[in-house]
Amino acid sequence: MSLVISDLHVDVLTEDGPKEILKGVNLTINPGEVHAIMGPNGSGKSTLAYALAGHPKYQVTSGTVTLDGTDLSELSVDERARAGLFLAMQYPVEVPGVSVSNFLRTAKTAIDGEAPKVRTWVKQVNEAMTDLGLDNSFSGRSLNEGFSGGEKKRAEIVQLQLLNPKYAILDETDSGLDIDALRVVADGVNRYTAQADRGVLLITHYTRILNYIKPDFVHVYVDGRVVTEGGPELAAQLEETGYDSYIAAARANA
Amino acid sequence: MTVTEVPNVAGAIEGLESHLHPQPSFDLADHPMPDGREEMWRFTPMRRMKPLLDERANEDRDGDPVVEFELSVPDGVQTANLASGQAPRGAVLVPGDRPSALANLGCDNALYLRIPANTELAEPIRIDAHGRDAARRSNAVHVIVAEPNSKATVVFRHTGSAQVLENIEVDVRDGAKLTLVSLQDWADDALHAAEHTAKVGRDAHYRHVNVSFGGDLVRMHTNVSYDGPGGEAELFGLYFADAGQHIEHRLFVDHDAPLTKSNVDYRGALQGQDAHAVWIGDVVIRKVAEGIETYESNKNLVLTEGARADSVPNLEIETGEIAGAGHSSTTGRFDDEHLFYLTSRGIDPVEAKRLVVMGFFIDIIRRVGIPDIEERLIAEVERELATTVGIAPAASGTEA
Repeated sequence: MSLVISDLHVDVLTEDGPKEILKGVNLTINPGEVHAIMGPNGSGKSTLAYALAGHPKYQVTSGTVTLDGTDLSELSVDERARAGLFLAMQYPVEVPGVSVSNFLRTAKTAIDGEAPKVRTWVKQVNEAMTDLGLDNSFSGRSLNEGFSGGEKKRAEIVQLQLLNPKYAILDETDSGLDIDALRVVADGVNRYTAQADRGVLLITHYTRILNYIKPDFVHVYVDGRVVTEGGPELAAQLEETGYDSYIAAARANA
Repeated sequence: MTVTEVPNVAGAIEGLESHLHPQPSFDLADHPMPDGREEMWRFTPMRRMKPLLDERANEDRDGDPVVEFELSVPDGVQTANLASGQAPRGAVLVPGDRPSALANLGCDNALYLRIPANTELAEPIRIDAHGRDAARRSNAVHVIVAEPNSKATVVFRHTGSAQVLENIEVDVRDGAKLTLVSLQDWADDALHAAEHTAKVGRDAHYRHVNVSFGGDLVRMHTNVSYDGPGGEAELFGLYFADAGQHIEHRLFVDHDAPLTKSNVDYRGALQGQDAHAVWIGDVVIRKVAEGIETYESNKNLVLTEGARADSVPNLEIETGEIAGAGHSSTTGRFDDEHLFYLTSRGIDPVEAKRLVVMGFFIDIIRRVGIPDIEERLIAEVERELATTVGIAPAASGTEA
């Protein structure tokens, strides 16, 4: 039982044709583990997130991803979510006209295969909102419409809390958050991981969030490949040295 | 898809010789056969419009009417037939285009509904018009008078197939409240040209709700003028243009009295090859109309390639002494990113589309303010989604 990524190659579809971004990624996330993926801009971190979730713009050209033994390439985007995968997005889209409460209930119903019990559900939603520092009035608002950057990120973690997937990918959830918001969001992720049987892939550019969410493993990406891996100490080291030496090494090898 | 959103703001000429609104007249000679280049016809497919432009009598046969009318009229409402020229017929509506003039000429027994003063109806007046032959003409005129301080709702529902010309004139007298819902739920081959014209009295309130889902070609004029200060008009619309359908709404609010209000809000979804929606909004603020407030808005949601939305808000201002005037026109697309976001939460793609379309319409539906009508409209949207998109209502409920 784990999320296993094996020799994954991914192209992004651009106007000039497909461009290879991921050049052989290997990663196994076991339940209860938090993996941080770090790297400079353009290293392919977000591509990995979208490719796992099944975004049509990203095409797996070779390699496999399995979730608890199921080959994800066989599953559509919604089937992947129902299989237990969740992607907290870096830039959640605004969906006018669809209220947060209606969206959450519809998603919960889809994931669980049955509608949540009305009485407990409303309470759960309100609690999750409060936990993430969002006013209950957000329930009635259109999904992400007019939300600030920080509110969108909080709303993503509200969804994480309510949908409670087996594996969560957090794509730069920390970017653009002030320190208070970062703490609130990190608390939400820590409540999720405290269940001890959930896997997290935490994608970030900065080490800041790792002061609040302790990773078990750190992987450094440059140019679509892992260039180094280690424990939490690697994050501390990156804080000192930055990515420059890794980028230079990757260029020398290219 | 193609979108035009060209706002026009112009100083209108005294006497309102607006290019958008030729002088109204009962005389057919004043409405010559259009060739499609005229400002008010340039968005309409003239070849398909042709059957509605000839002078023809009602093509009813014995025991075989073109349109079957079913009336449900609560106690307290007076009904009668009005011959051509018989008052109050013609007091409010003077035909603004050729189809409207033809409707009037071709109808010698208009339906008259009178809601007496101070009467509040608990139940709506319902008129179901069911077309029975796509090749035959029906000319209909309906006259509604809401006397002072009355309160009523009138619901027209159009189904089936026919070539229909229809005028509805509405006199909302001082202090009256009238809601008129017109549901165009025609079969795919119906042709429908209508002019709905209302006069809103002092401190009266008029709400007009257009719901256009069916028909091959639907072209609706909705006009409002005022008969004293303090009158308020809300003109709401929702439409769903499917492949090959032409759905056109032309709104005209003539602020010809001070301290009046108008709010126009139309929303439409488009889907499929050659689905075509046209929305023309025009608000005129006359010199006398000081202190008025108006807003007109049109939003289109384009669900697929190949659909076309034309949206043109117009504002003609003769006085600057007003409380507020504005307009907006937006076109949104249901694109891959919306779909990805919703499906990434486990929602299947068909349900995702239903959520978005229903969400888009629900705002307008909620403003109708009559729970029974709102529920019916929600059911109509569900049904439209089920038939055109193949989206069955989901178990998760419909409330927003």
